[in-house]
Amino acid sequence: MSASDEEILSRLKELLQKFNSKNIELTATTDISTDLNIDSVAVMDFIMEVEDAYDIDIPLNVLSETRTMRDLVKVVQGELG
Amino acid sequence: MADLLKKFEPLMQRHAAMLEAGSDAIGLVNEKILTPTRGMINGRETILAGTNNYMGVTFDEACIEAGKKALEEFGTGTTGSRIANGTYGLHRDLEAELASFLGLDHCIVFSTGYAANLGMIAGLAGPKDTIYLDADSHSSIYDGCTLSGARLVRFRHNDAADLAKRLARSKDDGEGGRLVVLEGIYSMMGDRAPMADFVEVKKEHGFQLMMDEAHSFGVLGPNGRGLADEAGLYVHADFIVGTFSKSVGAIGGFGAGNHPYFEAIRHHSRPYMFTASPSPASVATALEAVKLLKREPERRERLRENSTRLFNGFKGLGLEMGCDVVSPVIAVRCPDEPTTIAMWNALLEAGVYVNIALPPGTPNKICLLRCSVSAAHSDEEIDRIIELFGQVVGAGHGSV
Repeated sequence: MSASDEEILSRLKELLQKFNSKNIELTATTDISTDLNIDSVAVMDFIMEVEDAYDIDIPLNVLSETRTMRDLVKVVQGELG
Repeated sequence: MADLLKKFEPLMQRHAAMLEAGSDAIGLVNEKILTPTRGMINGRETILAGTNNYMGVTFDEACIEAGKKALEEFGTGTTGSRIANGTYGLHRDLEAELASFLGLDHCIVFSTGYAANLGMIAGLAGPKDTIYLDADSHSSIYDGCTLSGARLVRFRHNDAADLAKRLARSKDDGEGGRLVVLEGIYSMMGDRAPMADFVEVKKEHGFQLMMDEAHSFGVLGPNGRGLADEAGLYVHADFIVGTFSKSVGAIGGFGAGNHPYFEAIRHHSRPYMFTASPSPASVATALEAVKLLKREPERRERLRENSTRLFNGFKGLGLEMGCDVVSPVIAVRCPDEPTTIAMWNALLEAGVYVNIALPPGTPNKICLLRCSVSAAHSDEEIDRIIELFGQVVGAGHGSV
């Protein structure tokens, strides 16, 4: 990962923490839904937090192929252009 | 090879825990329906306060007679889709009656309310378009959005400023159109879209607006057309969607609008084209019920009175409400899933049926006991519901 990716990953971990009720260790390979055992609505709410943090839109369409934190870093990078 | 159903083990365990606590809240059997507000459940006569039967028309004599006549004249089913052999004169009559009721040029009838949202959204928007949907939208709206293939942007519930922000930064909507979907009354909490705020955003940013009036058609507004009608902003709603399974007391749904190309949806919308059309009896009863809603506006007033009575009763008990606006959907917040299930069972055993709503079917992981009020409820029935909620929910435990 580039330094920039690391920064995004770090920010995403912060944002995801409030949905991480079981305090699972968050890494680049963490599966956002299954590892944290959170439902689809919580995942969408988390994505909304990410959108606001970076002032970007992450269309719901991309979520079906966005499973891990690393996947989400790529999506954020893509939206940031 | 993985067992396809193995992934549902946690779901099955959750359901088993519900059954251990009492009745099956998500599979309850109505043994007999006595009136719009009374039924037999678990061998007991029960007040029905979770049926969405807002206008209480399900046992209306004229509606039943119309259904019987249609059964005799047209048979039990159409055995075909609208674009094949499944369009009868009744379907066209119902579409004309609804268009007249709504004061719009065009109306299309779908087989269910769910199909109406799928059919309208996927009929209007495609892969080049963007749909902006409220975070608390009904599942049928989410599913319609997915079916459309459009780019999907979710905005915070009832937050017009949040929608404006997303519209402003989505300058890359390109050649495609923008569809915003709102609901008149949100089905879980009973709150309404702040229509005036959204119309201001519409004027500034430009989009086409679809109002899902599933819970507000026949209920709100001087003409019973829904929230847009009540707010005096009807002209700003480009498309209206509704269902027959609530105030109309049947099954089916509709989409309506004034656009000159509106009828193209019939030739493009898969949920319209590739499913059997609604049965003659359903269409006939819906047709009669729409006429009745026009003929008897006093039902709306009675529903308002009943809703206010129940809302104020609950407020008087100090219950935590789903929202602070009176509507026929009156939800009470409960502490957690086991307690909510216990309270739901206690209410049922004491003689009142309400809906239970649990995450992820609710916003923000809250647990709800959800009532829907009917114009057919008597004052005594409303007062009994309040009394039992006081004994069960107000007392904070799952027994009377």
